[in-house]
Amino acid sequence: MNYLKNMNKTTRSNMVTYLMVIVAFVIVQGMIATGSISSSLKGQLVPICAYVVMAISLNLTVGILGELSLGHAGFMSAGAFSGVVAAQCFSQNIDNPVIVLILAMIVGGIVAAIVGVLVGVPVLRLSGDYLAIVTLAFGEIIKGIVMNLYVGLDAAGLHFCMIKNTLEMDGGKMLINGPMGLIGVPRIATFVMGFVLVMVCLFVIFNLVNSKSGRAIMALRDNKIAAQSVGINVTSYKLMAFVISAAMAGMAGVLFATNFSTVVASKFDINTSILVLVFVVLGGLGSMRGSIIAATVLTVLPEMLREFSEYRMLVYAIVLIVMMIATNNATVKNALDGFARKFSFKKKSEKGENANG
Amino acid sequence: MKMKKVIATAMVGFMAMGMLAGCGGGGAKDDAATAIKVGGTGPLTGGAAIYGLAVQRGAEIAVEEVNALGGVQFEFKMEDDAHDAEKAVNAYNALKDWGMQISLGSVTSTPGTATAAENDNDRIFALTPSASATTVTEGHDNVFQMCFADPNQGSASAQYIADQQLATKVGVIYKNDDVYSSGIYETFATRANELGLNIVSTTTFTTDSQNDFTVQLQDAKNAGADLLFLPMYYDAASLILSQANDMGYAPKFFGVDGMDGILTMEGFNAELAEGVMLLTPFSADADDERTKAFVAKYQELHGEVPNQFAADAYDCIYALYQACENAGATADMTAEELNDLMMKEFTSMTFDGLTGTGATWTAEGQVNKAPKGMVIQNGVYVGM
Amino acid sequence: MEFLFNLISGISLGSIYAIIALGYTMVYGIAKMLNFAHGDVIMVGAYICFFATTRYGLNPLLGVLLSMVVCTMLGIIIERLAYKPLRQAPALAVLITAIGMSYFLQNSAQLLWSSSPKVFQSVVGKGSIKLFDGALSISFVTVVTILVCVIIMIALVTFVNKTRIGKSMRAVSEDKGAAQLMGINVNSTISLTFAIGSALAAIAGVLLCSAYPNLVPTTGAMPGIKAFTAAVFGGIGSIPGALIGGILLGIIEIFAKAYISTQLSDAIVFAVLIVVLLVKPTGLLGKKVSEKV
Repeated sequence: MNYLKNMNKTTRSNMVTYLMVIVAFVIVQGMIATGSISSSLKGQLVPICAYVVMAISLNLTVGILGELSLGHAGFMSAGAFSGVVAAQCFSQNIDNPVIVLILAMIVGGIVAAIVGVLVGVPVLRLSGDYLAIVTLAFGEIIKGIVMNLYVGLDAAGLHFCMIKNTLEMDGGKMLINGPMGLIGVPRIATFVMGFVLVMVCLFVIFNLVNSKSGRAIMALRDNKIAAQSVGINVTSYKLMAFVISAAMAGMAGVLFATNFSTVVASKFDINTSILVLVFVVLGGLGSMRGSIIAATVLTVLPEMLREFSEYRMLVYAIVLIVMMIATNNATVKNALDGFARKFSFKKKSEKGENANG
Repeated sequence: MKMKKVIATAMVGFMAMGMLAGCGGGGAKDDAATAIKVGGTGPLTGGAAIYGLAVQRGAEIAVEEVNALGGVQFEFKMEDDAHDAEKAVNAYNALKDWGMQISLGSVTSTPGTATAAENDNDRIFALTPSASATTVTEGHDNVFQMCFADPNQGSASAQYIADQQLATKVGVIYKNDDVYSSGIYETFATRANELGLNIVSTTTFTTDSQNDFTVQLQDAKNAGADLLFLPMYYDAASLILSQANDMGYAPKFFGVDGMDGILTMEGFNAELAEGVMLLTPFSADADDERTKAFVAKYQELHGEVPNQFAADAYDCIYALYQACENAGATADMTAEELNDLMMKEFTSMTFDGLTGTGATWTAEGQVNKAPKGMVIQNGVYVGM
Repeated sequence: MEFLFNLISGISLGSIYAIIALGYTMVYGIAKMLNFAHGDVIMVGAYICFFATTRYGLNPLLGVLLSMVVCTMLGIIIERLAYKPLRQAPALAVLITAIGMSYFLQNSAQLLWSSSPKVFQSVVGKGSIKLFDGALSISFVTVVTILVCVIIMIALVTFVNKTRIGKSMRAVSEDKGAAQLMGINVNSTISLTFAIGSALAAIAGVLLCSAYPNLVPTTGAMPGIKAFTAAVFGGIGSIPGALIGGILLGIIEIFAKAYISTQLSDAIVFAVLIVVLLVKPTGLLGKKVSEKV
């Protein structure tokens, strides 16, 4: 009985999250239809979706699995570059951009998942800060490799080479031109596709968390030794969460890349990984809804601060520090809690609220 | 847990506010417009900030001067893109909301490639001061460059070295993760090959390893390179010069326009740059009246000597002014009308600026002007 | 000969990583937090010294002292304002705050001192020790950096192991709660750690810029991350480990550039790091922490 009640609460919380995304989507669509949306916000819609997916997928690793990763942008990069190459190939035969994008996302997701397995198998033996630094290192390695990759497409098919551009092509075009990155990307990403991707990823994560596997993963986070003692296979469950997270990051990468006409490898460096981590921590570990809100707010925030001109990033830094202190300091927290009690909100059950880092 | 709720609510409120705040713009055009709104994006923060700030300051000086001349009036605004394609598109959109009618594109190449696609889509004319990659203008009929395209610099450098018979064995160090540097290198290597220049050593560095050049220099030294080609900005070049000096390796050094600025670095030992050659369209030491006046004004306002980015931006505004005057453009025209006028003017007019006289533009948007070969002697540029 | 030359280059680069890593590892060892703003404190230290010596013509030694004083104060202020309120918060919250602080310092530096690069005048003096008739040379900066590294390392180890305050630092590092019960003022111990770490950052900044004299607001960022890698490499929290990790990282980086590929050198450095951590999961000199059941 108790179990059922809990279940319902979780389901209710999940529904609220779905609803929040749908309502936001409908409002924005309404704004687009009536033309009341600013160019600035309109241009950010797809990147916001990509960052939201990045945030909820990283939350799966950091919040649900409880392992700190500093290389999440590496998976985004793997997905973005493979996905765009795939999109260029598919678009020769398929005219419908939506289908091309979906296929590209699948390819990007699979490639990122493969990279996730390659990274995850050795890395997940480590833990804590050592795992963090190794994921950071993998992110940098992926960046280094992609930066030296040349891919061209001509009638004979795809051509690859590393370090020096020695491709021998007759006609055709360069898809990835080493340090210059992706050139002439087909801009097929749309806000609707971004919304769909967010919903799909949310669905996968919520169902994973509420499944047997999800409970095993969270048991690992809360107490690895206890979990092991009841027969939970540490490596396979850790790898499962890690790879799913990587695949989603890969798809987010495809969405992100196909929104711009050019993408360079150095975009997906440690700073991007850290940016996504900021979304997750600020939104609350394990809270998907928090990640979505934090990713949206922190993507829009620097744009809203344009009025401060050269003081913009300074203000952003201060806001970041103040927000972290406000959400984590005991004194401030109590004061805010007292304030909240006046409104007597119903207590929400959010999974993994008190996750450790 | 309640805490979370409060924060979440606060954030949603914040977000909603943001959306509402964003609503105002909507590209509404001011009917009583008196000045043409010119906007550009560039890195005003972060590691590349020096280039964006130089463009902003150079353009501001020019706008003030041009407005004092009478005729077409300009209003100029620069938005920060932190040298990132994504943020550049955001900045571009913010400028659109502001009502931008003519664009200065972006300052650096990667953001420039991204905003050029937007310029093309929206039919807003762009004249970029310094985004020099070919991908910026390629396939976009309304994006023009004030600076040399990278391939031009690369092949012109190779040509110059071959013509003047400066060296038999050439070494190259370039910045692998930089579009500008690797773009120049590629065409340099191709052209050098055609001209029979012998490239004996090619090494790279990245932003992450921009401190130590001993390996690269040692490689060039061992290969017997008597000329080192450095297609990069002056900050990295200054380290190379000083480390080569420490090693006792003294080949000829040959730079491109990014090398300009090396002499004005605060604390730089000018002796290290003695004999360095560079192809640049602008030198702050030139003794024509316009350059002198510009340099003096820039120094007075910002306490620094302007580099070629500032000069390019200054020229951009004057070129736009000339084009607008010729075409009879007025501030109440839409961006698209101005776009058509500008495209016609720029492919037909000749422009004299700080960064070269008699400049013309091809239909692809690339500029034709003569780079000046300079050599540094006793701490000043001397024409070669 | 070429091998020796590369080895010396590697040691020169590594000694810079090592001196930054010492500060990192000190703060991590005691306060258990990754202070991502450490690299930016280094940058501030270098700027202070630059202005003192180049602009106002102060004696280099006084410049270094002044920069140490300013950085120590800065470290204490940062700690008081940004990190202290988060003492009870999860480690990740502190990490993000440190990142925010890093943005703050970089942007403040840009606004205060502009983004145009400054050329730092070496405080050590130009010149080098020549070997084999000048075929090999070791610059004074390298020699001084290594000496300073060793001195700081010995001083820190002695301080932490032999003094009363050092003892309380070790206690805080082992178990904050238990230390508090023993009457140790955990808060002031951690503040003191930050003060020392920031003073070390000032020295590191001066030496970094003496070796590679390009000073911009982002000067500290990348060396900071590399030094963090070095600290993990040597076993984070271990003071001798930071020295060894730093120097090894420098050597690996130079060797990767010289013998494999300049294009892929960064990737190779990180690949070596991963291999080392997989073989020895707590770094070269890191302590193995047994799991509590």
